[in-house]
Amino acid sequence: MRVRIDPERCQGHGRCYDLAPELFGDDDEGYGQVLGDGAVPPALAGKARLAASNCPERAIDLPGDG
Amino acid sequence: MPGDERFARDLRGERDERPLGTRSEIVTGPVSDWATDFSHLEPEWATGFYSILAGLRERCPIARTERFGGGWLPTRYEDVAAIAYDTERFSSRSIIMSNFRPPRQIAPAGGSPPISSDPPFHHDARRLLLPAFTKTAASRQEPATRALCHSLIDAFGDRGVVDAASEYAQHIPMRVIARMLGFPPGDGPRFRQFVEATLEGINLPPEERIERMTALFDYLLAQVRDHLDRPRDDLTSYLISAELHGRKLAPEHVTGTMALLLIAGIDTTWSAIGASLWHLARTPSDLERLLADPGLLPTAVEELLRAYAPVTMARLVKEDMHWRGVDMRADDWILLSFPSANRDPSVFDRADEVVIDRQVNRHVAFGLGIHRCLGSHLARMELRVALEVWLERIGSFTLADPSAVTWSAGQIRGPRALPLRIG
Repeated sequence: MRVRIDPERCQGHGRCYDLAPELFGDDDEGYGQVLGDGAVPPALAGKARLAASNCPERAIDLPGDG
Repeated sequence: MPGDERFARDLRGERDERPLGTRSEIVTGPVSDWATDFSHLEPEWATGFYSILAGLRERCPIARTERFGGGWLPTRYEDVAAIAYDTERFSSRSIIMSNFRPPRQIAPAGGSPPISSDPPFHHDARRLLLPAFTKTAASRQEPATRALCHSLIDAFGDRGVVDAASEYAQHIPMRVIARMLGFPPGDGPRFRQFVEATLEGINLPPEERIERMTALFDYLLAQVRDHLDRPRDDLTSYLISAELHGRKLAPEHVTGTMALLLIAGIDTTWSAIGASLWHLARTPSDLERLLADPGLLPTAVEELLRAYAPVTMARLVKEDMHWRGVDMRADDWILLSFPSANRDPSVFDRADEVVIDRQVNRHVAFGLGIHRCLGSHLARMELRVALEVWLERIGSFTLADPSAVTWSAGQIRGPRALPLRIG
């Protein structure tokens, strides 16, 4: 599984980096950023889904999540 | 920068030279039918809030009023979201639904950038402010916020009943934003008057509203001049020296943004803290769960924001159009109800219940799209710290007198009297 943020949709609510700081950070303006290459270790799969399901803008998707 | 020409003159004169807006007849009194005659300023809006919205969502979804010169109230999530995203057809040139529409020439900046701004101006005006309101920037205010919360509780002394709205919740956002703007910490009571001038008293005679707004801008100009004399590391000095498109900001942009930063965080965060304490006071199972498991608080805060979202925004329709089954006219108001969207059962399971450990929560308490609340990270920090300190210090508490709790009408909903029995 990977995480991806659509920068056109992200408005900087910050739910992803609140809920899954291992996978997401923010830039200088508060917009969400995927940390590293976006690959999700199995142990963090639950957190990745939690972040995606709490984004008000539906800006996060999880390619490879069956 | 002494001698900054921008602020040498009284801005009052410049405001008088602006093109006039349009005024509509002030209509007050009981609402005859919420679907055709709604008003967010009547007392029954405050008392029947969620049942009014649920009724409309079910039978009407987009309510109409002829008050305020005409307006609409969409109640379903999908309609609220569509309008929040559609800045082509819905303007933010006024975001307070009242009997006054500012002139079209005021767009795209509007009177209090960036909340009142439309694209393309909006983007750059907002970028000026975003770095000061990130989660990291908000966390820098946390130690002072926590100390303030403790000092407010210290001041309760050994009384068994306190008003959590006026003695606790209210003071937290006022003091935090005063610190960030570099205003005197003791000016809280004046901020309260400015909030009333801007967000309440909507149906007062126009002369009275103008007089109150003038007092706000006179105060802001005095703060600007004080910062010109003694520049310091705060948001006021930052705005004075900030540049947009290679030029210093227009003076009305500086004071308009200062007004926004001062007003927008006060009633709103006060309301969120108060509503959360009200819920916990009357829901012992949720209170006990949070006392036993403080780690649940960040999740609970999101659910309390969903269920008791304090903020309703407004928009103005740009051109006549047929929109989702209704005929909107240019300059009709839209009352943009994030609280109603958050209770839409087609989007949220058990929408009318507080599920204190709700896991999937795409609530829109801070709006959607380009106008996402600039202060959301600050508000979340204040709300979390206010509840953390309260729970740590007070422990169990209950409503001292449920009939004495009062809720505000208007676009910001929260308890204004909240007597709680503590200890």
